[in-house]
Amino acid sequence: MIESVIEPVVFRWHEAEITALSPVTPHVRSVRLRCSLAEAYRAGQHVDVRLTAEDGYQAQRSYSIASAQDGSGTLELMIEALPDGEVSGWFSHLAEIGDRVELRGPIGGSFSWDGPDGGPLLLGGGGSGVVPLLAMLRRRAQGWRQIPAALIYSARTRAEAIAVAELERLAEADPNFSLHLATTREPGGKRIDAPLVAEALARIGAPGKVFLCGSNRFVAAASDLILAEGVAPGLIRTERFGA
Amino acid sequence: MVTRGFVGRRQPPETGARLPPGQYLTEDFPILQIGPNPTVDLATWTFTLRAGSRPIKAWSWAEFEALPRTTWKGDIHCVTKWSKFDTTWEGVSFDDLLADAGIEAPTNFLLAESHDDYTTNVPVADLVGGRALVATRYEGQPIHPDHGGPARLFVPHLYFWKSAKWVKGLRFTQVDTAGFWELRGYHMYGDPWREQRYIGD
Repeated sequence: MIESVIEPVVFRWHEAEITALSPVTPHVRSVRLRCSLAEAYRAGQHVDVRLTAEDGYQAQRSYSIASAQDGSGTLELMIEALPDGEVSGWFSHLAEIGDRVELRGPIGGSFSWDGPDGGPLLLGGGGSGVVPLLAMLRRRAQGWRQIPAALIYSARTRAEAIAVAELERLAEADPNFSLHLATTREPGGKRIDAPLVAEALARIGAPGKVFLCGSNRFVAAASDLILAEGVAPGLIRTERFGA
Repeated sequence: MVTRGFVGRRQPPETGARLPPGQYLTEDFPILQIGPNPTVDLATWTFTLRAGSRPIKAWSWAEFEALPRTTWKGDIHCVTKWSKFDTTWEGVSFDDLLADAGIEAPTNFLLAESHDDYTTNVPVADLVGGRALVATRYEGQPIHPDHGGPARLFVPHLYFWKSAKWVKGLRFTQVDTAGFWELRGYHMYGDPWREQRYIGD
């Protein structure tokens, strides 16, 4: 374990109000929420979201935070509409500015990063698994751009790649950041492979921190490729979602 | 606090009765862990019971596989909100481990320790009486590394983070000692039916 022990924290439910909604991709919606939690979280962490029906029925899901702390008193989630999604369906089709939900967290201290943790940073995201990594890159852009960082990003198509324009702008403006995009469902597209991982590592040198998030298949493949390049397993932190 | 327009998806009563509060039913088997799967070689695998740092008894894989087997069938519940019904696990019960070691539990608490340095704490009372296994089979097959094979702790009446993957031993402790997630805000006990996800729940 290379990380320091984090003080135990108590997670309580906080009321949150939707202040902005916008499309990110055809299936992903940005939801900005005003909430007291917005003052204290680390990039990469997630929150639990709870919705309550009029008869008291409740449903909860976990969502990664997409924003880095910015002093606005708000945080941003990026919520993908899942088929028949009980909570994501409400956010995707019914949510309006001014609606209120509950949040608790931030959760997940081991999958988080801040500037003083250093680098170089090797990030790997599959699909909506890129969201917590986007938060890390946004944090890095707030004053830690000297830390080399590479993002390996696997998406089905360019149209479905989250924040691809923002990431490409960052890669153009910042010589210490490189974006390695693999689209799997487009002509000429491919899955991530050894040359792509080697190219990312060549840009940043030996990584000090590795964060991987996505489907199990993506995280397993990315882990194997990175371990094959000689990166120590203890540097790698993963988050996976089902299926 | 009501969220405008939220209705939710009600479960059929027979499903709802089996779901602890805040959980939803999944048909797949999500995988959640702190890092990559560790490399575990059965030729050198050992499972060790310790009292503090002192080893009490260690088993090789062949010795472990020769111990009496127990099968458990039922529902499992993950703190990330999914539950999975009617799973079947097979392994060595904690009672049979103690019997083979020829001991009674020396303390009331222990830490499960894993090959990836993960740890989690469980009271001994929650492991005895057929309530827990060191599982080596899932649905009749060796447990896939993604799900903690070759051996994982299996304590199905607690949230599944207590069922440590790739377990390499159990360490009895004098006091209830927080493990990896318990140091990071997760509940010390983790009863899904009381929704003990985090400290203070």
